[in-house]
Amino acid sequence: MQGPSWDLVADVQLLLQFHFMQNAFVAGTLVALLAGAAGYFVVLRGQSFAAHMLSQVGFPGAAGAVLVHVAPVFGLVAFCVAAALGIGWVGRNVDAGHRAESAAVGSILAFSLGLGLLFFRLYAGSAAGIYGFLFGTILGISDRDVQLTFVVALLGLGALAIFGRRLVFATVDPDVAEARGVNVRLLSIGFLVIVALSVAITVQIVGTLLIFALLVAPGASALQLTARPVRALALSVLLSLGFTWLGVALAYFSDLPVGFFISTVSFVAYVAIRAVKGASAIRRGNFQLRGAWFAAEA
Amino acid sequence: MSCAIILRILVGVAVDQKGGGMAVALERASVSLGGQLVWRDASLEVAAGEFVAILGPNGAGKSTLLKALLGVVPLSAGTARVFGRTVRRGNDQVGYLPQRRRFDPDLRIRALDLVRLGLDGDRLGVPLPSRTKEAKVGEMIELVGATAYAGRPIGELSGGEQQRILIAQALVTGARMLMLDEPLESLDLNNQQAISDLIRTICQRHLVTVLLVAHDINPILPFVDRVVYVAGGHVLCGRPEEVIRTETLTRLYGAPVEVLRTSDGRLVVVGQHEPVSYHPVDH
Repeated sequence: MQGPSWDLVADVQLLLQFHFMQNAFVAGTLVALLAGAAGYFVVLRGQSFAAHMLSQVGFPGAAGAVLVHVAPVFGLVAFCVAAALGIGWVGRNVDAGHRAESAAVGSILAFSLGLGLLFFRLYAGSAAGIYGFLFGTILGISDRDVQLTFVVALLGLGALAIFGRRLVFATVDPDVAEARGVNVRLLSIGFLVIVALSVAITVQIVGTLLIFALLVAPGASALQLTARPVRALALSVLLSLGFTWLGVALAYFSDLPVGFFISTVSFVAYVAIRAVKGASAIRRGNFQLRGAWFAAEA
Repeated sequence: MSCAIILRILVGVAVDQKGGGMAVALERASVSLGGQLVWRDASLEVAAGEFVAILGPNGAGKSTLLKALLGVVPLSAGTARVFGRTVRRGNDQVGYLPQRRRFDPDLRIRALDLVRLGLDGDRLGVPLPSRTKEAKVGEMIELVGATAYAGRPIGELSGGEQQRILIAQALVTGARMLMLDEPLESLDLNNQQAISDLIRTICQRHLVTVLLVAHDINPILPFVDRVVYVAGGHVLCGRPEEVIRTETLTRLYGAPVEVLRTSDGRLVVVGQHEPVSYHPVDH
């Protein structure tokens, strides 16, 4: 494998010379589009924990699929969607932070990770498989995976385009939305299913443990920068795309794990945005103070 | 406030008066929630343009009364009509301010967007830029005097500012009736005064019917046309001086209650127990 030449065109050609890298870029782009869009709503609704929970439930799904010789992404979709419907059916907000519930959720998560471990052990498969599903990989994405990712991303983005505005309404003002004829409960179950789909395809790139890097961090950064819904949504998608492309490229040239790069890039971006915002707030505060001081002098 | 909107409201009222002019008509209505009777046999008529206060102890079903008139909570018996039609959710003629605490300070959406959601938040599809809709939103924000801070995130606004934005949101569909659930709660005295003045102006100048759930009638007593009292499973309606009387309320509560008038004209209801009551609906 060659290092980067720092000539953009040449480097992109270098990146895309292998089929597995083409697959990684196509799948990564699809994942980034859906995760970035869904992530805006996840952060606005305060459902980061639900996203995390769904990703962990996906782990035994992937492992189970490997065990029965099916593409792992099918297992991911099946388990995540089932879990989303389960949460929706119980009808409680898992992010509400009730102590008894968080304990229950914690036990379920531990159990599901344990189950995933068992499935992999039964398969007598390689540790690399587990490693890939926990932390992501750019190596193992087949043509079949790309096709399914395409279908899932299309479904998710289509649903968000149709129901996105209602979802924002139901999120910020559920009582009024209901009085205006929006079915708030059905919408929140439907959204969990979209999150489940996003999680299922995102896990292929960054793994279950680093899901926040693509599903939460871009939305959180975007919402720091703007409170305008359409802009924040677009920004979240752009950030997600940027993190993914940069992460995949860095992983290719360095031969270090892609999960590390994507999560690091998204973390650095988030911290930088918070720092810039914090600094500008302090500067504004200083100006106000100085203004008050001048007023007092006069 | 443009003349066009005033005209539309006036025309609306005129048409309504031809058809009886009743903004709200509740007939022998009952509501049960989770198998428990909230109130029964409630009959109530509100004329278009009236300012009505809904009073009563905690948990008596004041919010439920509004929700029944919004079509959110179904009646178990009787009929409910709003502007001559059976109640239904999503009626553009009705604006609603639910009972709530403040918006989360971290909620990152502009006040302006919240008003816009009141206009088309229930629609499907991608929101496209629309001059007419933006103009309507701007007009309502100006009407409630919130132009200066409409571009800021809703969570950063004070309680009184949020309440103005929510009133704009409730009116933006061209509503001819406002249903407000404790809009003065958790506001300081100055803001209570300012918000109740604003609601009165909207009611009088723009002929919007107002149904306002209140814990304390005194801030709005000077301009209330009628009082609806919800207590003990019953709903009673009449002019304030008819309803807020020792005999009437004692009968309604089924327990001794005394209405006192202070030297500055405020009404105080004493001796009522307000037992910690079961709230079937989460707010």
